[in-house]
Amino acid sequence: MLDIKKIREDFPILKREVNGKPLVYLDNAATSQTPQQVIDAIVDYYQNYNANIHRGVHTLSQEATDKYEQARIKIQKHFNAAKSYEIIFTSGTTHSINLVANGFSSLIKKGDEVIVSAMEHHSNIVPWQMLCERTGAILKVIPMNLEGELLMDVYEDLLSDKTKLVFCNHISNALGTINPIEEIIEKAHAVGAAVLIDGAQAAPHLVADVQALDVDFYTCSAHKICGPTGEGMLYGKEEWLNKLPPYQGGGEMIAEVTFEKTTYADLPHKFEAGTPNICGGIAFGAALDYMNAIGFEEIAKYEHELLEYATQELLKIEGLKIYGTAKNKTSVISFNIEGVHPYDMGSILDKLGIAVRTGHHCAQPIMDFFKIPGTVRASFAFYNTKEEVDVLVQGVLKAKSMLL
Amino acid sequence: MEIKEIQEEIIDEFSMFDDWMQRYEYMIELGKSLPLIKEEFKTDDNIIKGCQSKVWVHADLEDNKLIFTADSDAIITKGIIAILIRAFSNQKPQDILDADTQFIDEIGLKEHLSPTRANGLVSMIKQLKLYAVAYQTQIEE
Ligand SMILES: Cc1ncc(COP(=O)(O)O)c(C=O)c1O
Repeated sequence: MLDIKKIREDFPILKREVNGKPLVYLDNAATSQTPQQVIDAIVDYYQNYNANIHRGVHTLSQEATDKYEQARIKIQKHFNAAKSYEIIFTSGTTHSINLVANGFSSLIKKGDEVIVSAMEHHSNIVPWQMLCERTGAILKVIPMNLEGELLMDVYEDLLSDKTKLVFCNHISNALGTINPIEEIIEKAHAVGAAVLIDGAQAAPHLVADVQALDVDFYTCSAHKICGPTGEGMLYGKEEWLNKLPPYQGGGEMIAEVTFEKTTYADLPHKFEAGTPNICGGIAFGAALDYMNAIGFEEIAKYEHELLEYATQELLKIEGLKIYGTAKNKTSVISFNIEGVHPYDMGSILDKLGIAVRTGHHCAQPIMDFFKIPGTVRASFAFYNTKEEVDVLVQGVLKAKSMLL
Repeated sequence: MEIKEIQEEIIDEFSMFDDWMQRYEYMIELGKSLPLIKEEFKTDDNIIKGCQSKVWVHADLEDNKLIFTADSDAIITKGIIAILIRAFSNQKPQDILDADTQFIDEIGLKEHLSPTRANGLVSMIKQLKLYAVAYQTQIEE
């Protein structure tokens, strides 16, 4: 059993008031809050050993390099990657996906096919559309049903020897659906296609074992797992990372530079041009330490309780409809009240100190599918409580009475 | 009434409320009295860009005065546009162009909206002024 009261003490921001009301933070799928332990790691870096890495002979640079590389190893262990150099530090999921999509430009040709799911975040759609524009490859979409579950039989029909790449999120940010990625990966591999899984929404809730999954690329953002913004990672299988050309050129990523020719550094540095977010990487490691100390199994269990309770309580409200009712889902509830615009609902909830996300959640195709302008999305983390669910329900009722 | 007077009136009304929940309630009420745009004008061309909810505005010239009608799919947005229309409708285009929008700051509207809505508010004001420019040139011709 998690001691939620004690856990909440770790998060200074949760003591805040908003509009004169205690903050009820239910926008965790957008970004999670930061525990003192991670804040301390950030402060420690700038107070004690801020220096550029991989290049200095001096002590501070050595210390910073060691800590940064230790963080890489923490990430490697967490996701069970075979080699630490299969973990590339990036500025987040968006950067990771662009890195891979850009790299595939030279490996994909006209008439090849790539497959995406119908429930992606724009950051897992647009880079691939750009890839298709550059190469003449064709983008195919795995449809979903009204519960927000992918139609796996259609997926099978889409796969062929023309398929070069499949990309899909592990968990949908707008619907909370946990996708059957094991099956997606296996079937893609059967036709020789590579798979990228966007783990941005999965990383806060469960631990993906990249070797067991046999996934080719897996990515997430630190800021959704109690880490800092502008930091993330890309896991790539060694053979794929060797095949992909570098994304950006610059310092750090080279072996030798002359004006005639430059040779590139080995993995992972080949993909890490320029001075990275050193502090961010170290804090990412600290965030994983923090989450692992609490334990992902306990987190998942507790969040599931919150999800069930919130679903049950919200559904008692007349006219409330939940979008995303997959059997297998995480603690994300996207909803609307009949006749109420999600922006109106969000504005009033904000005045009550309740932070939710409203709009299309960077997933316009999903909103088009349901023929709605957007939803109100409450997303719960392990530091949320049932009392906060009650505040949300009361807030929704109050907003409903004002707006209808 | 002149634009300035109407604006003063709106400022007075908003100052009567103690908190923002009450002001929101009032805006929702105002939204319900918004002079609605005719369905035929609710085209994609008439949607104001920069708003996250849909807002349509239309203007007609009657007796050299601009009459605004509008609609939105979100009710608080309707309230916002209703406040603007109350201040600027039934006025001469040149007066609309000359008018300032200080009253928005004085009722504290902008700072109490989400950034996307505040952007939308700026776009709405711009659109009303654009109509005024267009009709002013028409009158001058
Ligand atoms: C499923 C999914 N993919 C990608 C992203 C983009 O992450 P970032 O903005 O950190 O690059 C998000 C963030 O909302 C997400 O939820």
